[in-house]
Amino acid sequence: MKFVLRRLGFFLLTLWAALTINFAIPRLLPGSPITSLMARYHGRLQGAPLKAVEAELGVDNHDSLLTQYLTYLKNCARFDFGKSVQYFPESVSHQVGSALPWTLGLVGVTTVLAFVLGTGIGAVSAWRRGGRLDAVLPPVFVVATGLPYFWVAMMLILVFAVAHPWLPTAFGSDEGLTAGFNADFISSVLQHAILPSVTILISSIGVWVLIMRNSMVTTLAEDYVRMARAKGLPGRRIMWDYAARNAMLPSLTGFAICIGGVVSGAVLVEYVFAYPGVGYMLVQAVENEDFPMMQALFLLITVAVLLAVLLADIATAVLDPHTRTAR
Amino acid sequence: MTATLDAAVPLTGRRIPGSSVARAMAGNRKALAGLLILVFFVVLAAVPDWIAPGDPAASRYGRSLGASAHHLFGTTGFGQDVAAQVVHGTRPILLIAVLSGVFATLLSVLIGVSAAYLGGLWDDLLSLFTDVILVIPVLPLVVVIAGYFAHRSLTVMIAALVVTGWSYGARQLRAQALSLRGRDFLEAARVRGERRSYIIVVELLPNMTSLIIANFMNVALYSVLTASGLEFIGLGDTSSVDWGTMLYWAQNQAALQTDQYLWAAVPGLCIALLSTSFALLNNAFDEISNPALRPVRRLRG
Amino acid sequence: MADLLLDVRGLSVEYATARGRVLAVDDVSLALEPGEFLGIVGESGCGKSTLLFAIARLLGPTAAITAGQVYFKGQDLAQLADRQLAGLRWRDLSVVMQSAMNALNPVTTIGAQFRDALRAHGVRDGKEIASRSREVLGRVGIDPVHLRSYAHQLSGGMRQRAMIAMALLFNPDLVIMDEPTSALDVVAQRSLMAQIKGLQQEYGFAVVFVTHDMSLVSHYSDRLMVMYGGQIAEEGPTRTVFDTPRHPYSIGLLEAFPSIRGPRVRLTGIPGSPPDLADPPPGCRFAPRCPSVMAVCTQRPIELYDVPGAQVRCLLHAPGGVADD
Repeated sequence: MKFVLRRLGFFLLTLWAALTINFAIPRLLPGSPITSLMARYHGRLQGAPLKAVEAELGVDNHDSLLTQYLTYLKNCARFDFGKSVQYFPESVSHQVGSALPWTLGLVGVTTVLAFVLGTGIGAVSAWRRGGRLDAVLPPVFVVATGLPYFWVAMMLILVFAVAHPWLPTAFGSDEGLTAGFNADFISSVLQHAILPSVTILISSIGVWVLIMRNSMVTTLAEDYVRMARAKGLPGRRIMWDYAARNAMLPSLTGFAICIGGVVSGAVLVEYVFAYPGVGYMLVQAVENEDFPMMQALFLLITVAVLLAVLLADIATAVLDPHTRTAR
Repeated sequence: MTATLDAAVPLTGRRIPGSSVARAMAGNRKALAGLLILVFFVVLAAVPDWIAPGDPAASRYGRSLGASAHHLFGTTGFGQDVAAQVVHGTRPILLIAVLSGVFATLLSVLIGVSAAYLGGLWDDLLSLFTDVILVIPVLPLVVVIAGYFAHRSLTVMIAALVVTGWSYGARQLRAQALSLRGRDFLEAARVRGERRSYIIVVELLPNMTSLIIANFMNVALYSVLTASGLEFIGLGDTSSVDWGTMLYWAQNQAALQTDQYLWAAVPGLCIALLSTSFALLNNAFDEISNPALRPVRRLRG
Repeated sequence: MADLLLDVRGLSVEYATARGRVLAVDDVSLALEPGEFLGIVGESGCGKSTLLFAIARLLGPTAAITAGQVYFKGQDLAQLADRQLAGLRWRDLSVVMQSAMNALNPVTTIGAQFRDALRAHGVRDGKEIASRSREVLGRVGIDPVHLRSYAHQLSGGMRQRAMIAMALLFNPDLVIMDEPTSALDVVAQRSLMAQIKGLQQEYGFAVVFVTHDMSLVSHYSDRLMVMYGGQIAEEGPTRTVFDTPRHPYSIGLLEAFPSIRGPRVRLTGIPGSPPDLADPPPGCRFAPRCPSVMAVCTQRPIELYDVPGAQVRCLLHAPGGVADD
């Protein structure tokens, strides 16, 4: 339990750090970005939207920085991120809320799938070390880790949608369909999700495979694996119950480290496919200089990553009795 | 990716960094492949005007031409030669990769080794700091940072990459420094009365060479992908000639949908190749620094 | 002569390393009768652990048996495939390793590991599994409540005893032990050894016990084998080898251990270091460190010679004296 509490503490600390970074960047970076940002806004916005942004950015706000900071924290706790510049007078939270389920569905499901598959492949590859599988797969996956997410997306579009128009290349679903739990909509959603999902899968699985494989290799050299062989246990049992279960632990740590990168890549994938998730929204916010939106989305994505890390930590606690029964 | 060095460090501790590393690399096929690709791009970056003379950004040719003897990869929607752009685009990305790599690695070594060597509260604080930075997702952070600056410069990009990219290396180097800390040769140096800084720089660091290089490759890989990604969504200098920006314009002009495949495929392929070369080299140096990961020689019969 | 339980003939084991093939075990033969206790003694790197793992067919992928036979209850283990070995593993032949902390799965309970072994050999009834597990733990004096404990929750001595209990689940005919006491302090070592000997006498299994501590094992073993550089240096009944060592290396080993009762003597170690098995010396492997070395010792490989009651690989004991070539 102490372990989980410690990890919860880390989660909160990092959350606080992210919130503070978010607050600090526009106000404390050299080159006074706020001034330059306001200068750019003046050309484009008037009236209410302009005032809203000014309030958000703290222009002409004569409160001390500390007061502004505390107000900011309070607003974040209430999910109040102000009004969007692009979609004024819609609030940022409302806009983001509509995009969130798309990303959760696409990125969340695909990442879990990639992790599970990648870890499994890594375990089997290490188990059959020296065999043909292990000679071919690791180099392939090393190469795969070098593939840019957005390029894979574009190539998949090229092959599966342009050259052979089998799959849709943009958006979350076909236009003209009513959203809801009807078969047409759902099947359209699934269809539109295939290419982005496969992109993320291809681009991210390599890392999981290599992390697990390396962890397995170390684990397989342990005495308890040899002992399992000595007991005459069937091979598959040794591989999963003795080797993989132990190798999973560093693998989960690796998951926590790499998940940020996967989410970053997913942002680009959403952009290429114009998939209406938070990643796409983030890029649009930047392109349109919708500052309140940018802030909120950065926070949201960070929180999502932190939650994933916390989940991985909890999984570690479940799998590893050392952390549960630490003296 | 564990960081143990047991088999590779001889008892006396004194190593000539490079000699055995070079030998180990020569025997590693992945390293050779990565090196070959990297050398190819370095050549392109070194003498672009030689290979593709003229201004690659000038719209001199017919628009959206296909591949031909005149234009190896055809022309862009603005009438520029794709191949020339690709060649000239090599230097910026390589510069970004190398500079980010060097500075981020320096930071990693500084923080990672200090944490390991200082121990105690310092170690706890530095490690916590490292972990916090490590977990925060990079692209959203860099997007937000870059988004505030209207004037997009190389410096900002590199600074953002360095600030976000050092943490993983610091973790790994700290782990390895910790495992080397108890070694006899370091004890011997301490007993001899050497200053701590001497011990770290002259005795400890040379033994961490391959892991340091592996980390450099890792940051380079990460920089290439992230910088290209940023350029792709328009956060780089959109008037400059580099691969990510080429892809930005290609996407902007719907190149894929309008039969201009090469405009999108070629620069993307280069990004993939360059980052793959770093990935291969990273993997190779990982194996060198941890002999347990090396390919197993099966004994048959 | 009763049927031999274990009859190893001319066993050689090689490793594949970056520098080429290394002969870790060179033409080793040993014979073990049912219920016999054989001690194998030697320095680190002499090949004793490799020999054990080769006999138990537990070598890693980089090593393999390159010559010889391992007859166990009439079958040559070296020829059997994994599937055929699975049947006799743990039933007839079990293993105890040096560090229980490393040899026990850290993420599953002790009881689960006992259960694994039992189920792998056809014992599936929950009650029988429980009663067998409790029974073997009882033999080594561990409270059955620890079946639900994890390895790291037990003390060092308890862990080792739990490992021994696990090895006895099927009352095997042979238990191979690789330095099971080395990780313990001196007092615990003696107590564990006594317990092992007691169990052995009660249940009648044979033991092959590898250690670097000659004096420890000599109290309990029937036969003693000294290994050096991958080869047998000396071998015979314990009393013979211990009281009248003949190989200069055995002599050196014994002199390195001070006697608590004897007169004060100068403590002598054996100067030099073990041979590099990737590039072994041409003649006797101990020659570079031998106080009694002769010129002829480095000229050709030395065979095992019979001496009264034992065998020695030393030209000092070659029949008919030593002739210069």
